Amino acid sequence: MARAVSTRRKIITTAVAWAIGLVIFFPIFWTILTSFKTEAQAINNPPLFWGFDFTLENYAVVQERSDYMRFLWNSVIIAGGSTFLGILVAVPAAWSMAFVPSRRTKDILLWMLSTKMLPAVGVLYPISLIFVEFGLLDTRIGLTLVLMLINLPIIVWMLYTYFREIPIDILEAARMDGAGLRQEILYVLTPMAIPGIASTVLLNIILAWNEAFWTLNLTAASAPPLTAFIASYSSPEGLFYAKLSAASTMAIAPILILGWFSQKQLVRGLTFGAVK
Amino acid sequence: MGRITLDKVAKSFGEVEVIPPLDLTIEDGEFVVFVGPSGCGKSTLLRLIAGLEDVSAGEIRIDGKDATAVPPAKRGLAMVFQSYALYPHMSVRKNIAFPLRMAGLDAAEQERRVRAAADVLNLTDYLDRRPGQLSGGQRQRVAIGRAIVREPSAFLFDEPLSNLDAALRVGMRLEISELHNRLKTTMIYVTHDQVEAMTMADKIVVLRAGNIEQVGSPLELYRAPRNLFVAGFIGSPKMNLIGGDIAARHHATTIGIRPEHISVSPEAGEWHGTVGVSEHLGSDTFFHVACEGIPEPVTVRVGGEVSLHHGDAIWLTPDPDHLHRFDKDGLRVA
Repeated sequence: MARAVSTRRKIITTAVAWAIGLVIFFPIFWTILTSFKTEAQAINNPPLFWGFDFTLENYAVVQERSDYMRFLWNSVIIAGGSTFLGILVAVPAAWSMAFVPSRRTKDILLWMLSTKMLPAVGVLYPISLIFVEFGLLDTRIGLTLVLMLINLPIIVWMLYTYFREIPIDILEAARMDGAGLRQEILYVLTPMAIPGIASTVLLNIILAWNEAFWTLNLTAASAPPLTAFIASYSSPEGLFYAKLSAASTMAIAPILILGWFSQKQLVRGLTFGAVK
Repeated sequence: MGRITLDKVAKSFGEVEVIPPLDLTIEDGEFVVFVGPSGCGKSTLLRLIAGLEDVSAGEIRIDGKDATAVPPAKRGLAMVFQSYALYPHMSVRKNIAFPLRMAGLDAAEQERRVRAAADVLNLTDYLDRRPGQLSGGQRQRVAIGRAIVREPSAFLFDEPLSNLDAALRVGMRLEISELHNRLKTTMIYVTHDQVEAMTMADKIVVLRAGNIEQVGSPLELYRAPRNLFVAGFIGSPKMNLIGGDIAARHHATTIGIRPEHISVSPEAGEWHGTVGVSEHLGSDTFFHVACEGIPEPVTVRVGGEVSLHHGDAIWLTPDPDHLHRFDKDGLRVA
């Protein structure tokens, strides 16, 4: 039944929602704004919202000083690759948990999630050692693997939630129709779960794109993604806020655009299962 | 071919025994209906035959070959689900062709068989639609089409008509019976509706709590129910079951008499009573009569329209040739 909502209540909730949205968006907005100021205006007190000299110089300098495309390409490979690998592993895992659960399935799911509660720095040393041992340090393949592993619990959880919504009758029908396990997953389950898989992929790309701990600690010259690109503008030469902002804007722009165009899919994905 | 033999097949879920060991043979070409109240294990039994559940003990043979450990895909059986279980992302054509595609048939042969099935099931105009764009009856037909294209050795139906409205159900019932007459393939059909069982089956298997209560043709079950459960379950309206002195007079603990085997008279008869609720169906009229010495109202069927009213006094006489007698264990006395 529809609940009667008064106009006043509607106005208040809208205002509150906008206020929260603006607070969350403000740092991004400020970064973008600052990237178009001169260095002097960037640190002006009081801060300048308008009336500054609009300049693209920061972007030109950043582009000149470091090869943006190389970082971007690394980010694309690491975020895309780790997501692809993660999905490849997580689809069968989530299939078995959703459709042939054992008594321990819930425990395994919780245990997987609990690894996300471990501070990353706690395993930095062993992982670094492993990377050194296997020659993975500062390689794209190494970072792809690490990011895949750290995001795997989330991918499995999300897919598990989606798969649980798929009626098992349909999978059983496929079995009766002569489909083997591989065919059942490939031709029936996966196409039906495409919306779920798509939002999982999107979210995971965003997580991997923004991941800064491992990407900063395990790369140096040859495999750094955009996070390292931003970091390179932060400390060593003093603080150049305008250039740092330009670099940040360049780093987050692709993911911001991706998120903008896929927001419907993302919202659906994140609230899936919560409402039927 | 499609002869299915269950040999001491049992199923437990954990500690709970759903089906105690049972034996059953389904002959090639037979239309067998598993019927029973909800939770009697009929669907589980069907799923055991399908291979969707593993048996806890016993052996399932299909055409003489042990199929107990064979996966569902390899048993050569086709199943129609209550929920239809169509592939929502595929067109009707692809849905029906799916088992053929899995079997590795070439595209031309797939198309030929899909066309043939669609023709039989009046689906030709809908081949390019998605299941979501079809009505319930059409979806059910697609599910049947998907089952028939692969020419299985037996069809398994799991309450296929439960989701349809009453009128459509009668129509589909006839269609499935027609299909069986034409294909002559073994069919196993699960339902809780005894009318479906009576109208469609060559052989009915009545189940209760996983036990087979009786196996027989519809008329065998109607004429000679082996126990009180079958007596009460088969036939509509239900058989009148009467205990006490009246039963004792017939040397039984309980006697059963069907509503159609009681004659009504205004003057004389065996049991005296007053008319309660009457149900006028046009072709028949059912009276619920409160009789002296019988705690439950007795249901009586009278052909055509009869004008008796609430409160009228009448006499009922059971036909002695159709009187069923049961002993204290509820078993039939010959």
